[in-house]
Amino acid sequence: MERIPILRIGDLLLVTIQVDMHDRLAMTLQDDLTERIVKDQAKGVLIDISALDLVDSFIGRMISNTAAMARVLDAQTVLVGMQPAVAITLVELGLTLPGVKTALNVEKGMSLLGKSYQ
Amino acid sequence: MNGAPLADPVRFASPLLEADRLVRTSQTLPLRTDEHVVAVRRVVREQALALKLSLVEQTKLVTAASELARNTIKYGGGGMVVAQQLTDGVRQGLRLVFADDGPGIADVTQALRDGFTSGGGLGLGLGGAKRLVDEFDIDSRSGEGTAVAVVKWKK
Repeated sequence: MERIPILRIGDLLLVTIQVDMHDRLAMTLQDDLTERIVKDQAKGVLIDISALDLVDSFIGRMISNTAAMARVLDAQTVLVGMQPAVAITLVELGLTLPGVKTALNVEKGMSLLGKSYQ
Repeated sequence: MNGAPLADPVRFASPLLEADRLVRTSQTLPLRTDEHVVAVRRVVREQALALKLSLVEQTKLVTAASELARNTIKYGGGGMVVAQQLTDGVRQGLRLVFADDGPGIADVTQALRDGFTSGGGLGLGLGGAKRLVDEFDIDSRSGEGTAVAVVKWKK
């Protein structure tokens, strides 16, 4: 089955979404991430969407849900790399991703989680 | 594309297709599966690029298309989308018509309101899509189906 890879860096999980996800793939990613948080005892999740040229209400909801699930599993989620055109469209669509922390790139996302590359 | 069910939505949507504009190209795509939604996003992106829409306008149109394509499948039970490059003499634009032969929308005004959902979603699909385009037209009849037409003009 098609899956988005999840990388572990220390106690962080990093997901870089590089394909235009269909809805089932987005749901699979949400489930996989939630399972990996527990399995790897992760304290943080970084979701890198810098390669995505679209975030619609379904993907937005998947991101919000993932962040909420991570929170109840004692992990923080940071959404990183949103393109400006995507941000403009999301807000006009009415989606403001409440409760989701954001950062401009992976490095800033890591420092938001109190981590560094070293 | 095959089978009779898709023939009826075309006729159903035809009033929305016959606005007084010259259609330069027309492309029809099926809407049955999740993968079809992705295919629609790709085709709309290509056509928006061909029209030289700005990146923000492209993103708005593709996002609106994604919402409406999902609605067609989820609430309309599947259907089709017609993508057309338009000109009205001065401007050039892209029109997308989504059509299904599903149950129809009982109360269109209510369905356009943010937060209204009958399917457990966020309720942003229809009203949100309307905000992302220049023109929005909807024709829904109980027991017959729903057609939604949107237009984005090149500024």
